[in-house]
Amino acid sequence: MVGRLPALLKDSALTALVAGALGLFIVGFRTTDLGKGLFFDYQFVDLGIAVVTIFFGRLGLHLASMGLKWPAFALGTALGAVGASPLRLPSTFLHWFVVIAGVLIILRTIWPWANAALATARHSQRGKAFGQRGAKWFGAILLIAAVLLPFSPFSNQKNMDLAVLILTYVMLGWGLNIVVGLAGLLDLGYVAFYAVGAYSYALLSTQYGLSFWTVLPLAGMFAATFGLLLGFPVLRLRGDYLAIVTMGFGEIIRLVLLNWVDLSNGPAGIGGIPGPTFFGAVFAETAPAGKQTFAQMMNIPFSSNQRLIYLYYIILLLALVTNFFTQRIRRLPVGRAWEALREDETACKALGINPTNTKLTAFAVGAMFAGFAGSFFAAKQRFISPESFTFIESAIILSIVVLGGMGSQIGVVLAAVLLIGLPEWFRDLGAYRMIVFGLAMVLIMVFRPRGLIAHREPSVRLHPVRAGP
Amino acid sequence: MSAANPQPLIEVEHLTMRFGGLVAVDDVSFRAGPRAITAIIGPNGAGKTTVFNCITGFYKPTVGRLTLRGDREYLLERMLGHEVGQKARVARTFQNIRLFPGMTVLENLLVAQHNKLMRASGMSIFGLLGLQRYRTAEAAAIDKARSWLERIQLLADADRPAGELPYGAQRRLEIARAMCSDPQLLCLDEPAAGLNPRESAELNDLLVSIRDVDGIGVLLIEHDMTVVMRISNHIVVLDYGRKIAEGAPDEVRNDPAVIRAYLGTAEDGPDA
Repeated sequence: MVGRLPALLKDSALTALVAGALGLFIVGFRTTDLGKGLFFDYQFVDLGIAVVTIFFGRLGLHLASMGLKWPAFALGTALGAVGASPLRLPSTFLHWFVVIAGVLIILRTIWPWANAALATARHSQRGKAFGQRGAKWFGAILLIAAVLLPFSPFSNQKNMDLAVLILTYVMLGWGLNIVVGLAGLLDLGYVAFYAVGAYSYALLSTQYGLSFWTVLPLAGMFAATFGLLLGFPVLRLRGDYLAIVTMGFGEIIRLVLLNWVDLSNGPAGIGGIPGPTFFGAVFAETAPAGKQTFAQMMNIPFSSNQRLIYLYYIILLLALVTNFFTQRIRRLPVGRAWEALREDETACKALGINPTNTKLTAFAVGAMFAGFAGSFFAAKQRFISPESFTFIESAIILSIVVLGGMGSQIGVVLAAVLLIGLPEWFRDLGAYRMIVFGLAMVLIMVFRPRGLIAHREPSVRLHPVRAGP
Repeated sequence: MSAANPQPLIEVEHLTMRFGGLVAVDDVSFRAGPRAITAIIGPNGAGKTTVFNCITGFYKPTVGRLTLRGDREYLLERMLGHEVGQKARVARTFQNIRLFPGMTVLENLLVAQHNKLMRASGMSIFGLLGLQRYRTAEAAAIDKARSWLERIQLLADADRPAGELPYGAQRRLEIARAMCSDPQLLCLDEPAAGLNPRESAELNDLLVSIRDVDGIGVLLIEHDMTVVMRISNHIVVLDYGRKIAEGAPDEVRNDPAVIRAYLGTAEDGPDA
C-alpha cells in the first residue's frame, strides 16, 4: 500500500493542478467597478484554499476506495473540522466547500461497510419484519409530528409557510405517484391539472362567489376531466413518447391560460381570490359585511398566524386523504391492474383487462388530486398567474416521486422535505443553494438508484411476516 | 376425434393472416373439442403462434372465422383485443414468459381474476368503502389462488416477487394465472420450452388434470414431442402456414407429409 503512495500523491497533485488552472480565471480574477473603470481584483487566497482542498479531497477518496479506512476517515474529519472551525476563510462558501469535501470522504469511507451491513440486515427474516414495522412506526411518528407542528415552538411564520409548501408538494407527489409509480405512465405535464384546479377555484370564487369547500370537489372533477382528455390521445403511447406528449399538454394548458385573456386575464393573472373559510368564518382582522371572522367566532384575539395554521391543517387533511385513497386503491382490483399494466401490458390484455379504461382511470384519479391541490394553492396564494405552472413544476414533482422511490408513499415525503425544504432552509447560501439541490439529487441517484425507499410492500399477503426466531 | 364431435369448443374456418406480402397463415381450418387437448405442431416459422395470436385477439385475421362455443357462441375475430379474454374467456400463456415480475406470486393470480373482482368492487366504489360484498369476493379470489398455488407447488412462495422464481416455477405460475381467469379455452404457447425432463413430466400431469378435472379445453403449441404425443387427443400439423395433416397422435406420427416436413426428403437436398 505504501508503495503506491507516490502514485496517489501524483494523481492528487495533478487533479489539483487541473482545478487550479480551470479556477484561475473563474475564481482567481474578478473585475470590480471602482467608478474610474474596471479593475482586477485578485482572489488567489480563495483559489489556493480550494486547490489544497481538492488535493486532499482527491487523496481522501483514493484512500477510501483502497479500503484504507482509518487514514481516509482521519483526513475527512480533519477537512470537516477545518471547514467548520472558526478559522477565518475568505468566504462562507469556502467553509461549506471544505466541509462538504470532508463529509464526502467520510461517506465514501463508510459506504461499502454500511452497504454490506444494510444488505445483510435487509435479507434476514428479522430485518424484513423490522423494516415493515419500522416503516409503519416511522409513518405514525411523522403523522403525529405533523399534526402537532402548529403547537410546537417551531411554529413561526417562516416554518409554517414552509410546512404548507412542503405538504403541497407531498400531496402532488402522492397524486403523481398514482400515475407514474403505480400505473407506470411517465407524465411530464402533471402541473397542467394543478393549473386547472387553481384556475377553477380562482374563476369560480371571484366570478360567481362560490366558497372554497364548494369548489374543491368541482375543481377535482374538472381536473379529472382534463385527465381523461389527455388520456385519450396518449393511450397508445408508451415510455418516452408518452412523456413528450404529456409535456406538450402541460405547455398547451399554460399557453392557453397565458393567451386567453378573456377567460384567465392572461399574464396579469387573477388576484383577490378569497381564502378558505371555516364554517363561513373568514380569516382576517375585520370581516366583510354579513360575515364574522374566525377570531370572533371562537372568541379569541385575532392573530395573523390563525390563517396560516388553518391552511396548514387543510393541506395536511387533503394530503392524508390522497394517501389514504392511494393505500386503499392499491389493494383493490383497479390498483392491482395499474401495477400489472406497468409490469406488462400485453399480459394484461391476455387476461382480459381493458388497458384503455385502466389507464384512463389512473390519469383521471391522478389529475383529480392535482386539481384539489391546485385549488388549495389558489386559495393560499390569493393570486395566481400562468407563471406558477411552468414545466419546472412538473419536473420537480416528478423528481420527488422518482427520488422518493416510485410507488413509495413515505419516500415521497422524504424527497419532498429534501427537495423543497432544503433549498428554502439554505436560502442564505444564495445562488449556491441550487448547487446543493443538484448535488442532493445526484447523490441520491448514485447511492440509491431506485429512489430513497425502493421497497415495495405487497398489496396482499398469504403468509403474514413473522419476526425471526 | 373432434371432427366427429358435433359441438367443438372452437372452430377455426379458413383462417388466413397476411402481413403485407407475407402469408403467415394460409387457409387453415380445424376444430378443437371441449375437454380435450389439441396440439398445434410444425417446424419453426410454420405460423403456429400467429394462429394463437388470431384466436386470442392479438391479431385481426385477414380472412376467416373463429367461433368459440362456450356458455354461448362468440365470434372471436370480431372482438377487440382484451374482450377475447374478458368476454369469451380465452386465456393464454406466452412463448417467452410474461408474468408481472415485480408483483408477488399471489398478486399475479389476483390480477388474473380482475374482471370478477372489479364487478364485486362495484367499479372500486364498494371496495373503497370496504363493503362486505367486496371483502367476500376478495377472500374467495384468494382461496382460489391458494388452491392453484397448492396444485403447482408454489404455496410457500406466494409472497415472493414472481420475477424471483426459478424458470420452471414461472412457467407453472403462468399457467395457473391463466387458469385463475376462469377460462373456457386455455391456449398454451410452448409451455414445456426450457423445462428439464422431470418438470416436463409434471407439466404433463398438470395439463391432463386441467383437461380431466377442470374440464377445460386446451390448445397447445409444443415442440417437445414427448409432451405432445403423450397427452394430446388431437394434433394439427402446420408447415409454411398451411395445414398439412390432422388427426390422433398415432395417425399424425406416421403421416408421410408430416415426416417430410420434419425430416425433409431426398429431393430437398442436404440443407433441408
